[in-house]
Amino acid sequence: MSEAPLLEVTDLVKHFPIKSGILIDREVDQVRAVDGISFSIPRGQTLGLVGESGSGKSTACRAVLQLIKPTSGSVRFEGQEIAGLSRRQMRPLRRQMQMIFQDPYASLNPRKRVGQIVGDPLKRQKVASGSDLRKRVQELLERVGLASEHYNRFPHEFSGGQRQRIGIARALALQPKLVIADEPVSALDVSIQAQIINLLDDLQDEFGLTYLFVAHDIGVVRHISDRIAVMHNGKIVEHGTADQVCEHPADDYTKQLLAAVPIPDPRESRERRQGAGAAG
Amino acid sequence: MAIDPQPEALAAGGPDAAFPPAPEGVSGERGPWYLAYKRFIRNRLAVAFLILFFLIIVFVLAAPLWANNVAHTGPNQSHTLEKLHVNGEVHEVVTPEGRPIGPQWFGAGGKFFLGADSRLGRDEMVRLMYGGRTSLFIGVVSGLITTIAAVILGLLAGYYKGWVDAIIARTLDILWSLPVLLFGIALGVSLAVGGLKIGPLTIEGGSIWIPIFVISIFTVPYIARPIRGEVLALGEKEFVEAAIAQGAGSLRVMFGEILPNLASTIIVFFALNIANNMLFEAALSFLGAGVQPPNSSWGTMISIGEELLTTQPLLAIIPGVMILMTVLSLNIVGDGLRDALDPRSKVRLEARAGMVEREGASV
Repeated sequence: MSEAPLLEVTDLVKHFPIKSGILIDREVDQVRAVDGISFSIPRGQTLGLVGESGSGKSTACRAVLQLIKPTSGSVRFEGQEIAGLSRRQMRPLRRQMQMIFQDPYASLNPRKRVGQIVGDPLKRQKVASGSDLRKRVQELLERVGLASEHYNRFPHEFSGGQRQRIGIARALALQPKLVIADEPVSALDVSIQAQIINLLDDLQDEFGLTYLFVAHDIGVVRHISDRIAVMHNGKIVEHGTADQVCEHPADDYTKQLLAAVPIPDPRESRERRQGAGAAG
Repeated sequence: MAIDPQPEALAAGGPDAAFPPAPEGVSGERGPWYLAYKRFIRNRLAVAFLILFFLIIVFVLAAPLWANNVAHTGPNQSHTLEKLHVNGEVHEVVTPEGRPIGPQWFGAGGKFFLGADSRLGRDEMVRLMYGGRTSLFIGVVSGLITTIAAVILGLLAGYYKGWVDAIIARTLDILWSLPVLLFGIALGVSLAVGGLKIGPLTIEGGSIWIPIFVISIFTVPYIARPIRGEVLALGEKEFVEAAIAQGAGSLRVMFGEILPNLASTIIVFFALNIANNMLFEAALSFLGAGVQPPNSSWGTMISIGEELLTTQPLLAIIPGVMILMTVLSLNIVGDGLRDALDPRSKVRLEARAGMVEREGASV
């Protein structure tokens, strides 16, 4: 890795204050949602971030994208420090980093047509307008496996998997370098999960994307990731290549996560459970 | 899906119904507004009262036609000393004892259709039509002012939270805790006498803008509070984050992303607020703090008619019934709109769409 990584996160911390008091709020405690995590992603690679619900994965995503202000730490994108930049200062950088959201029902504005949802980022960043905009949006829709006729539909006319495809088209509209996918398949059923992951995989090759891929299911992450970081209680407990983490987990928590991955063959499943028991 | 009892789910085009893709012209119409319209049309009661409301509007808009062509008099024209020829008999419009003539219907060619009012022998029907204009105008205009102000305040409070919210919400609380009618009367009376001057804007004493102003201020909290709550909830949605992640500014998020989702709430509250404002206006006018003489409104007509409640009860009852019908129709239409636009029914629809996919529909 002679080239500088696209994204470099160092000691990122996000604490949420717990306030209490009758008239004047005072801080009584903190939730350490993200408690000093560091990782870096080289250009064109995928880092899988795994952990249980509440381990701070989503908070970490939002803190990286500056959707919430990190308490401390550094986030470097192409060598430029972005932690602590104001919303206005971030605006030109937003073209380069986009997010795919977890809930395909809450992440699409129900009052907007698909064409608007996918086209708004292009309009906002003044990339395209008019008939050019429409053409580009329709191309995007077709690229993610929807039809260009879906341009005038509303989100409620689509299924969860289709909605997630709309979300992916929206994230790709600005041709970003980095895509942060916050549990993009958790809300979908298994057969559709595979389709979406394969789509993301294809898109990565096609557009040279760099992914930060978040999931609670290590089985899902293994398929798509070059490296995996395991997060627990706001900290990264294990970090390594995908094979290394999955085949030779060093941390107990990682072993538990791996043991929770369902295996289609019951015999193999039984063997592994016994193996995990002997190791732990 | 097959045994779905609710037809709107089918109209919505659940995922399996919507594919393979319908022709483009059709698909564009299946928006949330189209669904709401379908649901509203099915509500017969609301549609009937919507028609009633339109009839009332036509009735008051026709005031000059009736006044010029049928009654041949104006709303403020006195006929105290005149005599009226009905079927060869001669009646005094107002007897020396001060008793006005009763309803003549078409006996005098449409003159004094509902009789004359107690003080100056003015044509009650003409006053009713012109008074309705005033009442509805005050209701609608103050409703517009209230709604616009409430939406802006609610958006600011709910979006920025923190100290912006604290200031706006506490101000609304204070406004809400005042004894509205009492305060309104005090303000109405003092302004009606002295007029109002804010910067370049001057409102004279007897102007109907005074009750509009008073009513608008006091009804803002009733809309701003629920809007603020809804903005707070919508602000947490991921589509707002998505817009920020694309580089949208605060104003863009508030007015481009959140406001369209408030539209149904705003429409319902607007309809109900007009009704509420008309009652407020009637109360203020009845107590002399609203529309000032010689102008008429339904509230002032009840106030004047009340003097002769024992001998000519219709003078107070008719404007009362007009207020009742207008407010009732607005309330029922408002409720119908709420049922048609209810966000919860939208949630139901979405939950069902999700279920269908879990059963294994196409992606």
